Amino acid sequence: MNMLIPRIIPVLLVSKKGLVKTVQFKESKYVGDPINAVRIFNEQEADELAVLDIDATVEGREPDYRMIENLASECRMPLCYGGGIKTIAQAIKILGLGVEKVAFGSAAVDSPELMKGLSGQVGRQSVVVVIDAKKKFWGGGYDCYTHNGRKNRGISPFDLAKVAEDHGAGEVVVNSIDKDGMMTGYDLELIHNVRSQVNIPVTALGGAGSLDDLGRLISREQIIGAAAGSLFVFKGKYRAVLINYPSREDKRRLVAGIA
Amino acid sequence: MIAIVDYGLGNLRAFSNVYRRLDVPHCLADTPAKLAQSTRIILPGVGSFDYAMSKLNGSGMRETLESMVLERRVPVLGVCVGMQMLADSSEEGVGKGLGWIPGRVRRFPVHDGGASRKYPLPHMGWNNVIVDREAALLSGLDAGARFYFLHSYYYECADSRWSLASSEYILKFSCVIGRENIYGVQCHPEKSHRDGIELLKNFASV
Repeated sequence: MNMLIPRIIPVLLVSKKGLVKTVQFKESKYVGDPINAVRIFNEQEADELAVLDIDATVEGREPDYRMIENLASECRMPLCYGGGIKTIAQAIKILGLGVEKVAFGSAAVDSPELMKGLSGQVGRQSVVVVIDAKKKFWGGGYDCYTHNGRKNRGISPFDLAKVAEDHGAGEVVVNSIDKDGMMTGYDLELIHNVRSQVNIPVTALGGAGSLDDLGRLISREQIIGAAAGSLFVFKGKYRAVLINYPSREDKRRLVAGIA
Repeated sequence: MIAIVDYGLGNLRAFSNVYRRLDVPHCLADTPAKLAQSTRIILPGVGSFDYAMSKLNGSGMRETLESMVLERRVPVLGVCVGMQMLADSSEEGVGKGLGWIPGRVRRFPVHDGGASRKYPLPHMGWNNVIVDREAALLSGLDAGARFYFLHSYYYECADSRWSLASSEYILKFSCVIGRENIYGVQCHPEKSHRDGIELLKNFASV
């Protein structure tokens, strides 16, 4: 059988140089050393890896190039970095450190033209927009947030996805703030509605607690990136820290189950 | 010595990491002199076709590269946009390619509505690679070989004999090509775990 295999992507959050995991963007818990995690995902032959620095934008500082360089030189799979990127020059510098893709959050809302300029030089395939979406308190629908879920930007994730595509992004990561760290399953409606807005690849993040959750997402969306944080850093109901990733056999079963 | 051409594009470190682990001598070549010492050449590349060609043309290494590949017959491996640059031209740009393996780089067809929703672009992720013909570069790769892809354009060889392996996304396309000492891969062996390492190991001895 010849087909594109769904991408299963660990997302590592970095804060104060350590690896952390949050619940609904709060309660950040230290779960280890980022380099060590990259080494384990190398051994497990993970499909891709995303590293998001959750402090950079909030602290208004530049990306930590030294850390990115160290991670990139260790990482044997495609790597996406996000956090604090505000200029084309910063993005190009990061791509030069051995990173395949750079992700924009707040900059995608503030200055989408930046992505157009960047993709003209480095190509659409290296430009990613991460959309942190949260259900509105009143009524239906969603709002996009930046600055680690602190700033409501008053734009819907569906509109932002379209803006991203129109401005040269090659991938959208849609992250559910409500589902973050809950491990109760993805927000499938949110993901489906974003997916139906754009013709670029979409990656789902937020809520995966089991391989079955990945399976449900993949069977509904087919070509989709299935990303997760907690699932790949915790084991069991007491959330013991254990970096893990499905084996080739597990993944084969997951994909076979949907065919 | 394998030279990884450093003209300002592509994930050079990923290649040197693989060769360091394999204990294969390699270097980053950013001058004609460094390039001239090599016995194998990797031409990486990301980004748009015209931008990549203009970077290569402006690197001062093109002349040396051409004489090594076309006259001294040093094996060369173009990767991703580095492969696309081996073509005569690309639908992505207006400039000329190297023209070392005649062909044209085409954009994947985009359909309105349903089909393109089903097949987003870029083609991003892991896909099977099916060997079309036996080649030393592909030795040891079995039917389940998987490589990482990240591209919106594909190589259409002028002669199908140059297609060494194919993949399928929207349509069947050549993802590994070869003509004498010149090779190209659309996927990213430097980021494709065991199968990618196998291919890069093979290239070190073709």
